[in-house]
Amino acid sequence: MSEQPQTSRRGSPLPWVLSRILGWSPVTLLTGCSATHITFLDPQGPIAQAQRQHFWFVVAMTMIVVLPVIIQTPWILWRYRYGGKAPYRPHWDMSRWLDVMMWGVPVIVVAILAVVLWQQTHRLDPYRPLDSDKAPLQVQVVGFDWKWLFIYPEQGIATMGQLVLPADRPISFQLTSATVLQTFFIPALGGQIDAMNRMVTKLHLQANHTGRFAGKNMQYNGGGFHHQRFTVRVVDDRQFDDFIAHAHRQGQPLDRQRYEEVLVQQGDTADAARALGLTSYQRGEPIRFAPIPRDLFRGIVDDAPFESAVHNPAPHQQAAMHPVAYQALPPKQQTPPKPTLPQDKETSQ
Amino acid sequence: MSGDLPDFIFGKLDWDTLPFWDALKDPTTFKIINAVISGGAGALVVLGALGVVILVTWLGKWKYLWSEWLTSPDHKKIGIMFIVIAIVMLARAVIEAVFMRAQQAVGLDGGFLSPEHFGEFFTTHGTIMIFFMAMPFLTGIINYVMPLQIGARDLSFPVMNQISLGLTAAGAAIVMISLVFTPFSTGGWSGYPPYTERAYNPGPGVDYWIWAVTLSTLSSTLTGINFAVTIYKKRAPGMKLFRMPLFTWTALTTAILMIFGMPPLTVATALLALDRYLDFHMFTSDLGGNMMNYVNLFWAFGHPEVYILILPPFGIFSEIFSTFSGKRIFGYPVLVVATICISILSFIVWLHHFFTMGQDAAVNAAFGIATMLIGIPTGVKVYDWMLTMYRGRVRLSVPMIYAIGFIMLFVLGGLTGIILATPSVDYQVHNSLFLIAHFHNMLIPGLLFGMLSATNFWFPKALGFRLEERWGRRAAYSWIVGFMLAFFPLYVLGVLGMPRRSLTFFEPAYLPWTLIAGFGALVILFAMLCLLIQLWVSIRDRHQNMMTAGDPWDGRSLEWSTSSPPPEYNFPVIPEVHSRDAYMSEKEQGKAHQVPDEFPDIVMPANSAMGVIIAVTGSAMAFGLTWYIWWLVILAGVVTLVAVIARGFVRKTTRVISSDEVRRTHLAWLECVRKTTPVDRSKEQSPENQGLPVPPVNGAVQ
Repeated sequence: MSEQPQTSRRGSPLPWVLSRILGWSPVTLLTGCSATHITFLDPQGPIAQAQRQHFWFVVAMTMIVVLPVIIQTPWILWRYRYGGKAPYRPHWDMSRWLDVMMWGVPVIVVAILAVVLWQQTHRLDPYRPLDSDKAPLQVQVVGFDWKWLFIYPEQGIATMGQLVLPADRPISFQLTSATVLQTFFIPALGGQIDAMNRMVTKLHLQANHTGRFAGKNMQYNGGGFHHQRFTVRVVDDRQFDDFIAHAHRQGQPLDRQRYEEVLVQQGDTADAARALGLTSYQRGEPIRFAPIPRDLFRGIVDDAPFESAVHNPAPHQQAAMHPVAYQALPPKQQTPPKPTLPQDKETSQ
Repeated sequence: MSGDLPDFIFGKLDWDTLPFWDALKDPTTFKIINAVISGGAGALVVLGALGVVILVTWLGKWKYLWSEWLTSPDHKKIGIMFIVIAIVMLARAVIEAVFMRAQQAVGLDGGFLSPEHFGEFFTTHGTIMIFFMAMPFLTGIINYVMPLQIGARDLSFPVMNQISLGLTAAGAAIVMISLVFTPFSTGGWSGYPPYTERAYNPGPGVDYWIWAVTLSTLSSTLTGINFAVTIYKKRAPGMKLFRMPLFTWTALTTAILMIFGMPPLTVATALLALDRYLDFHMFTSDLGGNMMNYVNLFWAFGHPEVYILILPPFGIFSEIFSTFSGKRIFGYPVLVVATICISILSFIVWLHHFFTMGQDAAVNAAFGIATMLIGIPTGVKVYDWMLTMYRGRVRLSVPMIYAIGFIMLFVLGGLTGIILATPSVDYQVHNSLFLIAHFHNMLIPGLLFGMLSATNFWFPKALGFRLEERWGRRAAYSWIVGFMLAFFPLYVLGVLGMPRRSLTFFEPAYLPWTLIAGFGALVILFAMLCLLIQLWVSIRDRHQNMMTAGDPWDGRSLEWSTSSPPPEYNFPVIPEVHSRDAYMSEKEQGKAHQVPDEFPDIVMPANSAMGVIIAVTGSAMAFGLTWYIWWLVILAGVVTLVAVIARGFVRKTTRVISSDEVRRTHLAWLECVRKTTPVDRSKEQSPENQGLPVPPVNGAVQ
């Protein structure tokens, strides 16, 4: 929390710019020395790491077909120029051997790429839970115009502007949008996934280290689109517990009035902070909400965020989740100890 | 709210729709800058239109314009009019691109454009470049060249061709009018709901977009039918399918893609219109609607569309590599098969535009692999083109410079295409500037270089004089360099996670790259300027570069066997075809420019005003629908209906050109050819080249 990349960066942009450019080169990539990690070429988790590996693999394989074109074209142009002395065969238009090469090499390249693609697409499927001995942390993400709400259903809190995650533990995201289509993206940890109104998508990520990573919306959704960013702060387990406790102590209750007058209104996180009366708010820092309504995420998906008490899901939507341990629940929290989350309306076809 | 203007006459039109009104009411520096830009654009449209009207009146050319151009069913004139629309729209969309690059070059924590203005810029830029630059450009080139290449006198349905032109013109007019009566949509060229639904965007912007795109897709569907039927039914005797020039082959596959690829978008925009106008719930979030249906429909159009855009340039480059290497195209049957493969595969890859929408991994992987398969026939084509130059005699003329730029840059676009086709990697670069760099890498070196190359190649055929070479080279090299400077940095920015359509960014690491890209945009602007100067210089010096004999590049296909410009009926006698490269083999056998035994009477389609009527009623109806001016919609509908019925009663749909006139014209041209001195290829670019090459010796171009 002591880091404030936004302000420190503004102080001396030029050296920072240079260090970022250098930081992008493959050599320094491995060390990953910058303040906020912004790209998968500087991966901070297993998914992004595998994606980077796959990226360079595809580039290398495709070069087998691309490089000969870039190298040979200038040579042909020079050797067979008009007025040159090279042999001229105006009727030469077929060669079996060259045909076999022309089809054969790309076919082999694509076959190899296809096999790897099939494996990697399954291995890195955002819906696939990550292998780990630790139970995943559940985070529910809701996209608004132009801010993200991060709900920690097991902890009974929510934040905006900053997503705090424990290091070295799988994160299981569920995502929806309270408005138009948007796309949730933390490049240094893994891929993006769409968040859609009245639908739920899933994403599984994990961070290897503590640190600060950039997060954003990638899908244009109106005038404040470019402000829809957030900071991901990955901390160790103890700091994470502190964060939860802090949120319960100092969080603002997320009631119907705040939801409708702040979250649903168009505006970025800073606008929301202003509307909540948080005068000293700085971008990239969290706005904490606690307590939050029971089944808030489900309610937003059903377009009835504050009617979950009377909400009665259809039988086919009901499915019990694994019981999860609660910690530091405030006494006035109304969430039952073993909450049930209806199964999501999947977006897969 | 319509203030003091009566609703039933003006609909939702109001003073607020004028681009500078907001800044007048509440002038701040920021608003004034944006009002100057948008107001200036609006003023340019009004002044441009007025200027054209005044010029034509001053020259006294209204009657000429009406009877020789606007009502002409001649495929060549319609083709040229399509290209004129494309070039005007290209100029506008390039300027918009420069504004966007300028905004992002200074976009660290700020910039000078308002979010709405920036949103309109990227929406109109994309919409124009695809629907009102690329489509009319390639439609125009095919329109002009294809009937000449297959030895036909016109397309199968000349009046339908006029109507296609009318519909495209109407759509382009609507996009231009939106600069005067603002705003346009901010929903991007793909117009994804629910953002484009009335609940989120109640204004007229999305409606403008819907009707402009609808007019364009209707036009292209009709064009596709027209081209396909023409190629199937109107080939000269002996022109078997496997004797057709490769450009005609790509025209055929493109036409088929148009027929099947365009209707999904017409349907999608129509359904979106139902949502917006009549409270349907096709793509809303509730009451059974689902935006994913739109996304699937859009890309069921969108992906074939990509190949509609790229196949004709493939054909053009095939002609150019062969002609300027003085050599047969290498692997003709392979190129045809590859073209067909690409067009079939183009229908089964659409899902790769939305890997991130939460499908099953197996679905994503299947579509990813299908996408990579397209790389195979495309790669084969590239190698065939290289082998066409291999063992040839390559002349680096302007069309060839574009072709070389294309082949070397396009493979890089192919590489990034394979990256995007890989779902696990696409999750990282989707929606980012990497994607923008990729498709501009396909469309600028591919489509645009193809079109500019084709313009330089066939211009002397169409207008009878060559385009000036020096400014042409400058334009070509500036395009190539400008493209690389403007778009290679976008690959880096995309990998660094910069989203597309970002007004502003807050990551200083992006700044050096956006600055380079901004500089590249200026180089592209310079390239546009070179094109204008090239055109101006060419028209000024046209008498030095006359090309009456008709064959400036020692061409290989039939269009070079006729005069430049060709007569309305193209060929006095329909040629008989005995092989591929029909005209080249005539030249090799010394049979070019023979006097036919007899001349027939020629029946040609008569002039018709249908195209103009559809252009006027189409744009009036679209404008009325956008602004809820219902009397205008009804009036335009009634006029269209009456015109269509009246057309059914027209009895005199053809006119006859007498054999005497044909004989006189043709013999005069042959006489002119006889007086022309043949030149070898070293004099190709000198004024001595009047369109008659020295005959080839044993197939070797001299």
